[in-house]
Amino acid sequence: MATTIIDDGVSTSAATVTGRRAGPRDEHRAGWLLSIPFLVLYLIFLVGPAVYGIVMSFFNATTVRPGLGKSVGFDNYRSILTSSDFWSSMGHTVWFTVLTTPPLVILALVLALLAERVHRGKALVRFIFFAPFVLPVTSVTLIFLWLYAPEIGLIPHWFETVGLTPPNLLGETKWAFLSVAALTVWWTIGFNFVLFLAGLQEVPRDVYEAAAIDGASPLRTLTGIVLPLLRPTVVLVTMLQILASMQIFNQMYLMTAGGPGTSTRPVMEFIYDTGFSDYRAGYAAAATMVYFAIVLVVSVVWFLLRRQSNKEVGA
Amino acid sequence: MPEGSEDRSIAASVSRRAVLGAGAGSVAALLAGCGSPVATGLFGAAPPTHNLTYWNLFTGGDGDNMVKMETAYRRAHRDVQVDATVLTWGTPYYTKLSLATSGGAPPDVAVVHLSRLDTLTKAGLLSAMPTDELSAAGLPSDKFTPAALRKATIDGAVHAVPLDTHPFVMFYNVEVCRKAGLLDASGKLKPLNGPQELTAALRAAQRVTGQYGGVTTVTNDPSTNWRFFATFYYQLGGTVLADSGTRITLDDDKAVKALTFMQSLTRSGLLPKSVDAGGTTSLFSTGKAGFLFDGEWQIPTYRDTPVKFDVVPVPHVFGPKLVAFADSHALVIPRNSAMNPERRAIAMEFIKSLLDSSAIWAEGGHIPAWLPVRDSADFEKLRPQANYVAAATAAEYDPPGWYSGAGSQFENIVGAAVATSQTTSQSPAGAVRAMRSGLQPYASAIPPVG
Repeated sequence: MATTIIDDGVSTSAATVTGRRAGPRDEHRAGWLLSIPFLVLYLIFLVGPAVYGIVMSFFNATTVRPGLGKSVGFDNYRSILTSSDFWSSMGHTVWFTVLTTPPLVILALVLALLAERVHRGKALVRFIFFAPFVLPVTSVTLIFLWLYAPEIGLIPHWFETVGLTPPNLLGETKWAFLSVAALTVWWTIGFNFVLFLAGLQEVPRDVYEAAAIDGASPLRTLTGIVLPLLRPTVVLVTMLQILASMQIFNQMYLMTAGGPGTSTRPVMEFIYDTGFSDYRAGYAAAATMVYFAIVLVVSVVWFLLRRQSNKEVGA
Repeated sequence: MPEGSEDRSIAASVSRRAVLGAGAGSVAALLAGCGSPVATGLFGAAPPTHNLTYWNLFTGGDGDNMVKMETAYRRAHRDVQVDATVLTWGTPYYTKLSLATSGGAPPDVAVVHLSRLDTLTKAGLLSAMPTDELSAAGLPSDKFTPAALRKATIDGAVHAVPLDTHPFVMFYNVEVCRKAGLLDASGKLKPLNGPQELTAALRAAQRVTGQYGGVTTVTNDPSTNWRFFATFYYQLGGTVLADSGTRITLDDDKAVKALTFMQSLTRSGLLPKSVDAGGTTSLFSTGKAGFLFDGEWQIPTYRDTPVKFDVVPVPHVFGPKLVAFADSHALVIPRNSAMNPERRAIAMEFIKSLLDSSAIWAEGGHIPAWLPVRDSADFEKLRPQANYVAAATAAEYDPPGWYSGAGSQFENIVGAAVATSQTTSQSPAGAVRAMRSGLQPYASAIPPVG
C-alpha cells in the first residue's frame, strides 16, 4: 500500500518507458508468471467473494444455510434504498467522517511541520506521534472506555475539576460521536503524520535556502513554498482519511455498539447486524453494494483530484 | 539433486518422525492410562479423558451460581474436562453461537433463551432431543414446568432442556407497604386485582414515600418497557406477531387499553416518567418508591442493599386469569456433524447435572423448570422465590418471529414505542402506531429462516 501512496504517477511512467525499450516479449511473460501467485490469491479471496456478494444480493440468501435461497430480483435493493435504518446509519458514518477528517488532516500536518523543525531527537518525536497507531483496536478501546467511564474515568474527573457537570460521554448520542472521534484522532493520527513527514522531505533543501536568501519570513516560506509543494500529499491524505473514516466499524462497535439504541450505528455495523445477527445475507449484500457504490464515487473524486494536482505540480 | 538421494532423505525423515511420534504417543498413553502410576502420581487421579465445551452468557450473580453448578459437575465427573466460555449477553452471543454452529465448530452444550429458540431451530442450528433420549438421560418430559417445556417444543420435538422460568414480577418495600396498610396480618401484601386496586395501592405507597408509589425503568431500556407492556397486554389476551413474524396481529384496542392504564400511572406521578436503570435501583433501594416492576433476576441487586423487600407476581390487572410475562434459560445441543453418541451422552449427563443443581440457580431469583427441585422442601422454603411460582405456570413469552426474542429488534421497536407513551410525549394510540410502523419492515421482509 505504501508504495502506491508515495507513487506520484511521474516515476511510474518513466519506468514503463524504459521497461518497454529494453523488454523483449519474454520479459512480459516472466512478469505475468511472477504475478500468478498474487493473481490467484486475488481472484480467490477478493474478486471471487465480491462477485459472489453481487450475486447474493439478488437472492434471499441466509447466513446460516448453504446456498443462495430464493431469487428476489431487485427487492433487496428496493428495500435498502427505502430503509430509514440504512440511511440513518449512512448519516452516522458521514457525520463521523466530518468529525474526524479535519482534525486528522490539519493536526497531522501541524505535528509534521513541528516535528520537521526539531533538530535533536527527531526519531523520538516521530516515534511518540506514531506509537498509538500500532496499538490494536481492542487495547485502544479498552483504554478509552476507562478514560470515559462515568464516575471513575479520568475525563469526567477533569470536567469536575473545572467545575462542569461531566456529560455522559458514551451514553448520549452527540457526546458518543465526539468521544469516539477523539479516540480515533489520538489513535490514527500517526499514519497521516508519517505521510506528511515523507512529503516534507520531498521538498528540496535548495528551495528553502533560496527563500532564506531572499529574506522570506518562516510564515511566508510555509504559505508560499512548503504548502504548495505539499499539495499532492494534502490531497492524498485527505482522501485516504475520508475513505478510512467512512469504513468506521471497530471503534464504534466496541465503544457504543451503535447505541444508545441505534443512534450511533455506522453503516458497516448495519451491514454486520443484518447479515450476521439477523441472518439476512442477501439483504446485507445489497446494502454492501449500495455502500460500495457510494465509496466508489468518493474514490473517483479522489482519483480526479489527484490527477489534477499531479498535473499542476508537473507543469 | 539426483532423485534417489531425495527419496532416501524423505524416507529417513518420515521414519524419524514416525519413531518420535510413536514414542510421544506411548508416553501419552502411559500418562493417560487409567491407574497408571505416573498419572496418579502426578495428578492424584486419572486425568480427564473427555472434554466438553459449554457456552453461556451469565455474568454477575448468575455467573457465580453457574460456576458453582459447573464445579458440582466437575467434582462428580473427574474424567470430563469442562471448558466453559462466558460470552457477552444478548445479540452478540446469539450471533457467535449461530456462526460457530453453521461454521461447523459449535460448543457441545449452550445456553439459550427459550424466546430465541424458534429462530435458532428454524435456522437448523439445533439438534432435536427425542423423548426417549431425554428419558434415558433421566430427564422425562413430565418433570418440567409445562409452560417452559411447551415453549421448548417446536414442531412436536423438544429442542431444548429448560433450566428455569424468569418472569417479570412486582417487588414491594415491606416497610412502606406496612405503613400504607397494604399488608395482611401475616405481613404479606394483600392481593391486588384490577386497575383501581393497583392504582390505589401505588397511591397509598406514594403517601408513605413522599415521592413515588412505584418505579420501572423507562429510559434506555426497551426490553423492560416491552416486558411491562407485555404483562398487561397479554393479560388482555393480546398477541403481537403470528406466522414466524410475517404477520402483525397487534390488537389496537387492547394495546391502547394497556398503554392508557400504564400512562395513567406516570401521568399522575405515581411512577416516574423518565428514569434509567441506575435511577430505578436507587429509587427502590432507598425507599423512594414502594413498588418496583422488574425481572426477578434483580433480586441479587437488592439483596445487597438495606431495603427490606418481598416479591410477588405482577397483579392481575386485566382479564380473568393470571398471566405473567417471562422468559426461560434452557440448555441446547447445537447441530454438529462431529458429535458422536458417546460425546452426546456426556453432554446429556452434563445437562442433567446442571438441572440437579438448579437449587443453586434458584438463588439468583429464577424458578427452576426442573420439578424435582422446584417441588422440593428446600425450594418451598426459599423466599421470595417460592412466592411467585405461579408466574412460571402462567408464563407467556415473546411472540415467535425471526426478529423476536430476548434483546432482539422486536423488543427494541416495541419497547421504544412504549417508552414514548410512558414519558407522555406520545399518546397511547400514537405509540401503537409507532409499534406497527416499526415492525412493518420486518414483517414484510422475506424471513431469512423458517
